[in-house]
Amino acid sequence: MSDDIKDLNIEALPENLSQVMEYVDGRLESIDCPIKVQMQIDVALEEIFINIANYAYQPETGPATVRVDVLPEPLTVTITFIDHGIPYDPLAKEDPDITLPAEEREIGGLGIFMTKKLMDDVVYEYKDGSNILRLIKKIG
Amino acid sequence: MLNISKRTDGKKLTITVEGRLDTTSAPQLEEIVRGQIGDSETLVFDFEKLDYISSAGLRVLLAAQKIMNKQGKMVVKNVSEEVKEIFEVTGFCDILTLE
Repeated sequence: MSDDIKDLNIEALPENLSQVMEYVDGRLESIDCPIKVQMQIDVALEEIFINIANYAYQPETGPATVRVDVLPEPLTVTITFIDHGIPYDPLAKEDPDITLPAEEREIGGLGIFMTKKLMDDVVYEYKDGSNILRLIKKIG
Repeated sequence: MLNISKRTDGKKLTITVEGRLDTTSAPQLEEIVRGQIGDSETLVFDFEKLDYISSAGLRVLLAAQKIMNKQGKMVVKNVSEEVKEIFEVTGFCDILTLE
């Protein structure tokens, strides 16, 4: 079940987050993705896109490509992010300790931790000068 | 889209948040919390119409909780199942008081 819908090519800027969400949510709605799963995917894609926007090309800006692939049986969505910025593997970061009391909690690293928890798989590779990160989520 | 309204009743401040609390909108909530918290002894967040929260929203809640731990208490009310899952995954269920 491949499709012909084009990738989203967009400047990696925080203010473009809503466009990325609209693009991905549009695809998710077309396959009747449950609201709860859509929110999980939105959280993950926000963390990944904002990471790219804030760090990939610092202090410059640059482009990012977002692609949504849908595979049947079991219905699975893969969202691929590609940028050509500095090599950066967000998965290499150590998980935060989520058992600490409020006073000792730091927010750093929580976004990637949530992404890993909410997705079925998150895969990173650096290839031909590009960071490629895939979010994989089974639907239903 | 984020709509925020606030109500003060003596030393109790209630902040009602509607819509999506993400990287783009979280600074609005942070500004209101910092501007209005003053010497409140109770801070209530009403999340009945909050559809979405990301780590940017959690950051604001954590900062508010740290302030209220020093001067009173903070309660988060009417959390949807979807938002509650985010609190559970991140251990925020143990930090926040959910009602």
